[in-house]
Amino acid sequence: MKRTIFRNQLLPWLLLAPQLAITFVFFLWPAAQAVRQSFLRQDAFGISTQFVGLSNFKALWNSPEYLNSLQVTAVFAVMVTVLSMGFSLLLAVAVDRTIRSSSLYTTLLVWPYAVAPAVAGILWWFIFNPTIGIMPYVLDVVGYDWNHISSKTDALVLVVIASAWKQISYNFLFFVAGLQSIPASLREAAAIDGAGPVKRFFDITLPLLSPTTFFLLVVNIVYAMFDTFAVIDATTEGGPAQATNILVYKVYFDGFVGQNMGSSAAQSVVLMGIVIALTVIQFRYVEKKVAY
Amino acid sequence: MASITLDTVGKIYAGGTRAVTGVSIDIADGEFIVLVGPSGCGKSTLLRMVAGLEPISEGTVRIGDRVVNDIEPADRDIAMVFQNYALYPHMSVRQNLAYGLKNRGTPRPEIDRRVAEAAEILQIGPYLDRKPRALSGGQRQRVAMGRAIVREPAAFLFDEPLSNLDAKLRVTMRLEIKELQRRLRTTAIYVTHDQLEAMTLADRLVVLNGGRIEQIGTPLEVYRKPASTFVAGFIGSPAMNLIPSRAVPGLPGTAHAGIIGIRPEDLTVAPDGPIGMDVVAVEELGAQRLVHGRTGGEPLTVTMPSDAALSDRLQLAWRPGALHLFGAEDGRRID
Amino acid sequence: MIENRPGLNLLAHLTLMLGVAIVALPVWVAFVASTHTATDFMSGTIPIWPGPHLVENYARMLDAGVSTSGTPPVGTMMLNSLIMALLIACGKIAISITSAFAIVYFRFPLRNLAFWCIFITLMLPVEVRIVPTFQVVADLGLLNSYAGLSIPLIASATATFLFRQVFLTIPDELTEAARIDGAGPMKFFRDILLPLSRTNIAALFVILFIYGWNQYLWPLLITTSSDYYTVVAGIKRMADAVDGLPQWHLVMATAMLAMLPPVAVVIGMQRLFVKGLVETEK
Repeated sequence: MKRTIFRNQLLPWLLLAPQLAITFVFFLWPAAQAVRQSFLRQDAFGISTQFVGLSNFKALWNSPEYLNSLQVTAVFAVMVTVLSMGFSLLLAVAVDRTIRSSSLYTTLLVWPYAVAPAVAGILWWFIFNPTIGIMPYVLDVVGYDWNHISSKTDALVLVVIASAWKQISYNFLFFVAGLQSIPASLREAAAIDGAGPVKRFFDITLPLLSPTTFFLLVVNIVYAMFDTFAVIDATTEGGPAQATNILVYKVYFDGFVGQNMGSSAAQSVVLMGIVIALTVIQFRYVEKKVAY
Repeated sequence: MASITLDTVGKIYAGGTRAVTGVSIDIADGEFIVLVGPSGCGKSTLLRMVAGLEPISEGTVRIGDRVVNDIEPADRDIAMVFQNYALYPHMSVRQNLAYGLKNRGTPRPEIDRRVAEAAEILQIGPYLDRKPRALSGGQRQRVAMGRAIVREPAAFLFDEPLSNLDAKLRVTMRLEIKELQRRLRTTAIYVTHDQLEAMTLADRLVVLNGGRIEQIGTPLEVYRKPASTFVAGFIGSPAMNLIPSRAVPGLPGTAHAGIIGIRPEDLTVAPDGPIGMDVVAVEELGAQRLVHGRTGGEPLTVTMPSDAALSDRLQLAWRPGALHLFGAEDGRRID
Repeated sequence: MIENRPGLNLLAHLTLMLGVAIVALPVWVAFVASTHTATDFMSGTIPIWPGPHLVENYARMLDAGVSTSGTPPVGTMMLNSLIMALLIACGKIAISITSAFAIVYFRFPLRNLAFWCIFITLMLPVEVRIVPTFQVVADLGLLNSYAGLSIPLIASATATFLFRQVFLTIPDELTEAARIDGAGPMKFFRDILLPLSRTNIAALFVILFIYGWNQYLWPLLITTSSDYYTVVAGIKRMADAVDGLPQWHLVMATAMLAMLPPVAVVIGMQRLFVKGLVETEK
């Protein structure tokens, strides 16, 4: 709160007007439309609509495809988060040890942030291309026949790798910042208490890093659930056999390709609920800093 | 140049908290007024109301013969020096000084002339093209003063301008401010919680407590005739001894007073003195020493020359006319 | 370093080199592929080292493109991407900084409501309200236009919060000094607030430029005319089209071109980038 303020009454509204107008027209109004449509059903020709209460939601709940999509999303989000955060933490800890060359390594590790998810998808799609890709060639040597066009597992692994790769730099930067904010004196004290490097990592560093870890956990889940649309669309398009059809992709597909407005709107509403929950968790707990 | 008149000014904050009550002061043209009091006494609020940075809840403020209650700070013809200097960090010293003039549409040559003049007076010429970041605390302080000077305002308002400086620099700057104000003959209102600063700077002091005026007067008047036990205890260092009269029974002429005040420097050692003190501790100040003790169970401090003889028990007398008498209930002075 | 353990240091360096290699792998492979011709892929695996056709492939993509895919030359698409990214970055900064100014420096009725309206945009990413937002843009006649590409994406709670945070750390006395110096609200905004927020604006610009450049779903939906294709969205159309004929070298050249500007921005302005990233998440 500012002590000193300006007294004008009209000016603040003029200053806010562009932001509020865009928010209203492109955010609040469409969101309200999504909520409204989620209670309606259109006939096959789009001529008449009728109020159907919660039946769109019930239909989702009873749809094996939607339940599958929920499950795929959960598995996908967990895999992306664990893979990306684990790999980034390893690199961050290593960089934290190499003081002199850390800025060089940082430069070499941060740029994937700038690569568009769609481009990341295309790159990995190419590497894993069953006929000319380099990875299937390598995997063939160890006896694995890679084919993400027919294998559900292979397809899921592909999109997980592409999505996790893109997120490494982000996690890395935040882990490095988190590690640097741990006072050296704490680790020195532990060293004097006779704790070796590994023990120190698990007893001191990891617990003190928990605010960063928790924050990244939320960010990565949000990323995996919403920002990976482009990865999926540029590679597997949800296939094969729905194996990579995550929720945001399904909303888009059912709405634009399937033209099933009621169902797509209901899915939007469910997704909004998820984002709101995640945002609340983030603000509630991250603000309070986990444990410390 | 102008007089400033405060007429029963009061401040009530939006939450209902009362910060200032019924303050009336007549400040003459060219006078240096210091508002002094402990933190939370309302002195800064009062200054900010004069500046126009706080809305005035009650009463009127006049600058010259104009009521300024509803006039914007920029149009009140005042300049203010802030505690943290509030220099614009992205502007050079020159730009800092010129900003207010530029906003008022002062012609370029006139701005240059005034900036050069202020720089000359304050000896900040060599730093004119530096950013505030590159200056020391004392230099920043001068620039802040320069920003006030160039405006050639009707009044300077100082909000604890020296409290961010170290003790030594504070003494130097105090002198400079005094000199400057003398030279420019500009009305000044100066807020401080430091009674020594207040004494040395002021033409007249306004001692504030709990949002009300305790006393207005020249430094010597306030020192010699404090209007209440609060003022007596606040002005003067070491602080005046305030003793309940029952602790020193039988002092002549004190029968009707509840509290007796004697300044430590007004007490002298005299073998037949009427006050007996048991010495508890001695503080050496070099030229003098402070002797702390008890009389009738109440604490008492005496200033003595450092070569005077010390013993565990001293008999004390006071200089003629040095006794201050205060009412038991309201703590007001009894004459 | 607490104790000197050469073994551990060596391990750290090995880990990092491996990490850098893994992170760089897909780009290296793409780069190598982009310097060969289509026939080089016929053998079944792609080569490991760059070939001699770099200039030829890139030049061809930049000014001609792949005619069969229905996409315009990559040069055109990159220009579209640039326009969109700049509009989004500048637009977001402009509307966020004025909003933050209004919210921090004024008291007016319904201020909290306005604040919450902005806050709630955090919870409504494009992906979850995609169909109705598309309808709004279509109704407004903004399909196939730069306005349609950028305006719906420029409302931003994060940027507003960032500026709010910055403004809250600017001392009150500075505002008071400015008021006494005769600066009204807009003058104060222009002369004091904007210069003091300069590095924050720059840092935010880096993040938002990348955000804008990398948009995918939105341009894909609202551009049906190839004149407005952006490179990130266009690359997928190209990859789809070449699935039959293996023109991977051209797709990879496009991918390289598509990532070049944002990657250059991140590496060239690393300090601003890190600052922007860390601050927008506070």
